[in-house]
Amino acid sequence: MQERKPLLVMSDIHKAFPGVQALSGVHFRLFPGEIHALMGENGAGKSTLIKVLTGVYPADRGEIRLEGRVIQPHSPLEAQMLGISTVYQEVNLCPNLSVAENILIGREPRRFGRIRWKAMNEEARRLLEERLNLRIDVTQPLGAYSVAIQQLVAIARALNISAKVLILDEPTSSLDRGEAEQLFSVMRKLREDGLAILFVTHFLDQVYEVSDRITVLRNGRLIGEHLTEHLPRLELVAQMIGKELKELEEMPKEEGLTADAAEKTLEAVGVGRKGSIEPFDLEIGKGEIVGMAGLLGSGRTEAARLLFGADRADQGRFVMSGEETVIHSPRQAIDRGIAFCSENRKTEGIIDELSVRENIIAALQASQGWFRALGRKRQEELADEYIRALNIYPPNPEIPVKNLSGGNQQKVLLARWLLTHPKLLILDEPTRGIDVGAKAEIQKLILSLAREGMSVLFISSELEEVLRISHRIAVMRDRRKVSEIAGEDISRERVMKAIAGG
Amino acid sequence: MERIRKHHLFWPVLVLVALLVFNLLYDPDFFRIQVRDGTLYGNLIDILFFGSPLALVALGMTLVIATRGIDLSVGSVVAISAAIACFTISKGTDQNDPGLVATAVLLALAASALLGLWNGFLVTRVGIQPIVATLILMVAGRGIAQLITSGQIITVISPNYKVIGAGTLLTLPVSVYIVALVFALAALLTRKTALGLFIESVGCNPTASRLAGIRSVTVRLFAYLFCGFCAGLAGIILSSNVSSADGNNAGLWYELDAILAVVIGGTSLNGGRFFLTGTLLGVLIIQTLTTTIYSTGVPPEVTLVVKALVVLAVCLIQSEGFRRTLARSLVSARQPRQQAEGKVTTRG
Repeated sequence: MQERKPLLVMSDIHKAFPGVQALSGVHFRLFPGEIHALMGENGAGKSTLIKVLTGVYPADRGEIRLEGRVIQPHSPLEAQMLGISTVYQEVNLCPNLSVAENILIGREPRRFGRIRWKAMNEEARRLLEERLNLRIDVTQPLGAYSVAIQQLVAIARALNISAKVLILDEPTSSLDRGEAEQLFSVMRKLREDGLAILFVTHFLDQVYEVSDRITVLRNGRLIGEHLTEHLPRLELVAQMIGKELKELEEMPKEEGLTADAAEKTLEAVGVGRKGSIEPFDLEIGKGEIVGMAGLLGSGRTEAARLLFGADRADQGRFVMSGEETVIHSPRQAIDRGIAFCSENRKTEGIIDELSVRENIIAALQASQGWFRALGRKRQEELADEYIRALNIYPPNPEIPVKNLSGGNQQKVLLARWLLTHPKLLILDEPTRGIDVGAKAEIQKLILSLAREGMSVLFISSELEEVLRISHRIAVMRDRRKVSEIAGEDISRERVMKAIAGG
Repeated sequence: MERIRKHHLFWPVLVLVALLVFNLLYDPDFFRIQVRDGTLYGNLIDILFFGSPLALVALGMTLVIATRGIDLSVGSVVAISAAIACFTISKGTDQNDPGLVATAVLLALAASALLGLWNGFLVTRVGIQPIVATLILMVAGRGIAQLITSGQIITVISPNYKVIGAGTLLTLPVSVYIVALVFALAALLTRKTALGLFIESVGCNPTASRLAGIRSVTVRLFAYLFCGFCAGLAGIILSSNVSSADGNNAGLWYELDAILAVVIGGTSLNGGRFFLTGTLLGVLIIQTLTTTIYSTGVPPEVTLVVKALVVLAVCLIQSEGFRRTLARSLVSARQPRQQAEGKVTTRG
């Protein structure tokens, strides 16, 4: 593909939010008839860039040119009228309206103010068939179809006559393999029709499968734009994570990281869940810290949720301390000595209106049941003890937990679980979004817990962290466990190669 | 002062006091309490007496709302409970037999609790939204009550039954003691066991609660069951007071007044923190308002409008955003005048 004139050029885009520079001087180009993947880890600025492009936010500085003309969309609707359409991760259509209504709502063919249903269904059918190669009954409610079909209907809706740019924001995150394939064939067809497609995904395999060009962002800056065929996977991962290949040498390891892993706390055998994660095996020994590495969306969280019963595994079995067991719900997992700190601190962790004290004792009280209530005094003792032990600030057990900073909320959640004396502690991104000092404290705490015999499953996007404290590292990619690296073999390069695959 | 103003009961108490002060100014006799045959009479006693069925329903409603739910069926449960109790008594040979009265009351309460459980089942197990799930019983319940009474108003002649809703004990109406008992029971259950924490936790963040191991299904089932039980008790008091059960009109619109009382009491419809005392204050405010409207002689055709306006004012005054806007617009309306007078005071 030789250089042609780009259809869309964003140049020197700056965007700041209170306290954070989300985009600084980003350049971005889209070519007609090309699928362009926008890559970057969390907080890299992908969604901000898309939102600037679609008029959700105004840019602080910089200009956007579409076909050479400067444009300044003020809303997604304006952007769409200019020819820039977006399909979001969650399908935001109406599941109880028919497929045809969903596609043509707001621009139904009318006669004397009455909707011409026949013409409308006909038009929807033609649109789906000609542009997306999709033959379905358009009079059925949208909700009757799979998420993949709904995703395609969303695309059909986005493709009005004037669409020149199509933005797909993580369209495949809830699709299984076959459904993703179907979407890709539609994307290839649209590319042939001359559309410029901007594709955001966390799946490396998919990037290499469909995209022609890759732009990498990191921390709000442009790291590079490459033709996909010229960018090896490892290089892409290095650019995303921010480590040069040359830097990939062994770092000194922590002392005392030899666990007696003969005694297994938990063994998961062939555990998996359709549409969420492929079956995997995982063993965690007593006093062992197993790190889980992988890019965002690689299946780390999904795996952890199965081990905790937050999602029910539809295949495989669990063995705990040598005995076969079932884990169907968080309640059961907790009864068996498993604890889980979710990565979504706000939505799945803290109970924001309740006090720090109530948040700390929640899990312990839940496992004791209604009537063995912890007395107020006992609650205060426990809360005070853990506030002191974990250095929670401000050291006031009675303020609502929502008033605490992220790092301190994380410590409250840790306290909640430590109180239950779990055998296995699952930590999903326990250090995300918290400052360096708190991060170091939490890492130290995890190491000392393991020394006392607790097993820990430690999930983090920060490779450094995983490398520093894990005895063993399980690497996830594209919702599969792809490799396991232990002891002497642990090195940044090995792990990154496994993350990149290829 | 600041701490008092920040207390969750500050606004409900203030509104209640304001209502009472208004009555005091309008008619000092409002506060007069007489003793006749060892029983207290007066407007204040009336407020407690007539407010007690609503107080019971509202207490149950508080727990349901705290779990992020709502129960629209309470009015119908009131009617069903009244119908069951009166029907049972009316079938007895000696309507005044204490055993028969006790059976009738227990039957009615058990049925009400069961109906509450049914609501809870629809919400937690079948997964219907609370407003729809309880709407089913709200509509069907009136029919059930009429089926039990065969479409008639059942009248009973049973002094023993009448004691519950119309009798007095130590100078106060019996129903006031019942409310006090249920309030104590609810407070004990929620504050002395872990149930209150679980209810607030589930209402505040269901996902996080589940991941913390709280059995949200059981917690919510209990809230609906308790709400049904309370509504049933209210039905017994109401029917006992008039010695009859009217399937059509017993407890009509109670669900709305109960929800209103809960909201005035400071419990958010979004669930989470709940305030049983606040709810009782809410009931007292509503009942005082009703009594005030009657005693000040507002023409009957506009009483509902007056009530609506006061309720609107009560709700607005509790909203911090509204108070701030109001304060700001008062200040800015005042500023020009003050500047013209050449002095600026800090009073806003």
